[in-house]
Amino acid sequence: MSPQPQAAVGAAVPRVDARLRVTGQAKYAADNNPDGVVHAVIVDSGVGRGRITGIDTRAAEAEKGVLKVISHLNAPELPPVEGQFPPGKPLQPFQDDRIRFFGQPVAVVVATTLEIAQHAASLVKVCYDAQRPATDLAAADPAGEPETYARGDADEALDSAAVRLDMTYRTARNHHNAMEAAGLVARWDGDKLTLWEKSQATQYTAFGMSGALGMPPDDIHVISPFIGGAFGNAFSTWPHSVIAAVAAREVQRPVKLALTRKQLYFGVGYRPAYEYELSLGSNRRGCLTASAHDVRAETSRYETHIEDVLVPGRMLYSTPNVRQAYRHVPLDVNTPTWMRGPGYASGAFPVESAMDELAHELGLDPIELRLRNEPADDESTNLPFSTRRLRECYRVGAREFGWQRRRPKPRSRREGDWLIGMGMAAGVYDTARSESRTSVRLDADGTALLQAATADMGAGTATSMTQLAADALGLPMRRVTFRLGDSRLPPAAGHFGSQTMASVGSSVQDGCDKLRRQAIELAVGDEESPLHGVDPAGIVVQGGRLHVKDDPARGETYRRLLARNNRTHLEAMGSYAGAPESAKFSFYAYAATFTEVAVDARLGLVRVRRMVGVYDAGRIISPALADSQALGAMTGGIGQALLEHTVTDHRDGRIVNANLADYLVPTHADIPELKAIYIDGEDYEADPIGVKGLGEIVLVGVAPAIANAVFNATGRRIRELPIKPEALL
Amino acid sequence: MSTELTDPAVSPPAESGSAPTRRTFIATTTVAGGAALAGGLVAVPLPGSVEAAAAETPHGSRVSLTVNGVRHTVTIDNRTSLLDLLREHLDLTGSKKGCNAGACGACTVLVDGRRVNSCLTLTVRLDGAEVTTIEGLAKGDRLHPLQQAFIDQDAFQCGYCTPGQIMSGVACVQEGHTGSAEEIREWMSGNICRCGCYVKIERAVQQTAGRK
Repeated sequence: MSPQPQAAVGAAVPRVDARLRVTGQAKYAADNNPDGVVHAVIVDSGVGRGRITGIDTRAAEAEKGVLKVISHLNAPELPPVEGQFPPGKPLQPFQDDRIRFFGQPVAVVVATTLEIAQHAASLVKVCYDAQRPATDLAAADPAGEPETYARGDADEALDSAAVRLDMTYRTARNHHNAMEAAGLVARWDGDKLTLWEKSQATQYTAFGMSGALGMPPDDIHVISPFIGGAFGNAFSTWPHSVIAAVAAREVQRPVKLALTRKQLYFGVGYRPAYEYELSLGSNRRGCLTASAHDVRAETSRYETHIEDVLVPGRMLYSTPNVRQAYRHVPLDVNTPTWMRGPGYASGAFPVESAMDELAHELGLDPIELRLRNEPADDESTNLPFSTRRLRECYRVGAREFGWQRRRPKPRSRREGDWLIGMGMAAGVYDTARSESRTSVRLDADGTALLQAATADMGAGTATSMTQLAADALGLPMRRVTFRLGDSRLPPAAGHFGSQTMASVGSSVQDGCDKLRRQAIELAVGDEESPLHGVDPAGIVVQGGRLHVKDDPARGETYRRLLARNNRTHLEAMGSYAGAPESAKFSFYAYAATFTEVAVDARLGLVRVRRMVGVYDAGRIISPALADSQALGAMTGGIGQALLEHTVTDHRDGRIVNANLADYLVPTHADIPELKAIYIDGEDYEADPIGVKGLGEIVLVGVAPAIANAVFNATGRRIRELPIKPEALL
Repeated sequence: MSTELTDPAVSPPAESGSAPTRRTFIATTTVAGGAALAGGLVAVPLPGSVEAAAAETPHGSRVSLTVNGVRHTVTIDNRTSLLDLLREHLDLTGSKKGCNAGACGACTVLVDGRRVNSCLTLTVRLDGAEVTTIEGLAKGDRLHPLQQAFIDQDAFQCGYCTPGQIMSGVACVQEGHTGSAEEIREWMSGNICRCGCYVKIERAVQQTAGRK
């Protein structure tokens, strides 16, 4: 804990880059137009599986302004890549004639203008030897060894349970659909490659591209100061990025390549569809005795996507006997990836729906059932919880939401055509941390510059880091600048997995503490300083002025101190080692989401009327930003629960709603008043700044809370997301 | 016919007829006849390749339009949308391409005072039009009240839909569709925000409407 007074941390401050974002001056990847830039458009496969038997590019090449058409017939050979995360062989573009999924890139057209490239791409004729692809999770078999977990004897305990429920839940494939489509500008200068790329982790991107192109990562400079949303799909190395780099090398010009909205549905990853069989056993008092979880998830044939879908089912509630199996079903699809609340948001739907089903079966209040199964420690690791304030989340949420007005009997409240119901669900998300460094420099003019190769996809990283740094350095926020989004900055945690604040923030704190102590040491050792000889531990800095904590009149400014000592600047490197190898605690953030829905009794239409989320996310650095993230996640959760569904035509593997008119996402009119509450508290076991991460936890539990409210409104238990009107008719 | 575009009393450009106007027809003929001249009215240096593009395609037209108060005469590929004109030729990249199909609103600009999806608006149909983009909203350093309201309310996260939300919000206020939270939500529903800032965008529009 810092000895410094807190002024910026905990204050609701405007974003440091707000002006750039509201005036259109923020430069996102495809906003860059370097001299001589030309445009690339990808030609997508029109079949879902098979081989290319011929490509006719003559008409495309005959178009004036077309510089090059690249396909597997003439593409440069790329090194084979062995992927570890996810395991498999990432798709290297244009290396053979095989079609692995509908929409796979089969050629790219490079032309002087976007219009010419688009038209010429439509003129490329591709012939295929097509086979019927397998794209239906429900109709395909798993492969490889399942991931399993067990404690006790779940099957025996289920057989002897006083109450046993057996359910199957399904969740649809979801696409991130960030407003900014994946895209980049690639420019070669000799052997050096510059990528203006949307990237949640510029150094991961440089590393991934170095493998794909067979060149040293240091020769790749990735620049990504602004990201138009990502939610998890902007740190893997996707084929289109490799294509842009290859195209730029081939035509010796900078190349801009932005995927179309349609191409995002197969050009980048997605939240995979799941089938989740869940059996619960309990005694009559509602104490869980056993649970069995059999999960099937879609993945591609060339990579195995893995995420923590099983965790909520093994540690959220006290359960002596648990058996879990997670099986991968390889399909003729592109590889899934992490999407906000990865795994947890998918696993929470069955687990939290099942708890609601059990509460109904036993005639217990859903909160009371959860309280009866609140574990003393993490039963999956036998570790104590660092902090777990889930009980408090329930209590505060129930009070703020007015849970006592819920009628336990389903379908017992009606307003005209509308059936009204209330539901709640718990959520949990892992507190991830990784190694990070941040450089800190204080200049003689009393301004500070911090730099770290992290990113901001909308959370407000630069703002919250500036808040932390301002307090740790004792400067007003306006004198602190935080730079991110550039692979040449000090290595830092990528902006994913809710780890940014814990990881990068801890290195910011460390660097600023070091620098402040340097300045204090300089002052106490300086005979001309009013602080000469003072115990350094008794000195704080406020408003750029060092002073004795108990005697504010005695002190001087950074500027005077540095000027008198002929120092142009002070600098320090902040570092954070990341999570220790062997944990002494179980680290998670928690949530309780409450919602009220109205269901049109005749049309099956579900409208969310209000929602309250209560979170145990540790210390909150930036309350306004934390609030925005939570409201945004509730909005996303409403989409996951009621709207979002990628629909594949299994006859040929094409996605039939690959656009924003048919893949429904929430709009203004779908979203009522939402309220987020963060429980006071900090977790200094988790990291030096006491945070537990909040970008994901705010989503986990939203969808099951809505499903449970729909049950309370209608008496219909919908075990499939999204909950479509036809399921309620 | 092209003068209709400057008259806000008639149909917005997105709804006007698609037949080439006399003026665009003549411009097309000129381009087809030889080297394209952009005239002397190009007000900003063009970073893109307007002239080269026109020279390389037979499908060019000469169009004069005003963007943020600056008159531009450009010879432009007939297929070029207003959005691509702004982004790729005039270096006004504040207007964003979210879906390029009129479904998300990230490209919203004002044409003759009305909000339109610039991705669905062909440049060749805008001869004589007045276009306002996000870059043209502030008066020098003084932000438009809705821009300030977006900052005050933290009505954005990633900021990518923000230019379109703000342009749409400005029009929403001007149209008077701000009588209630529900009305604002309804009339702002053409603008998707995937970060989910709707609650705060509605408050920002409310704040601005209240000042009027």
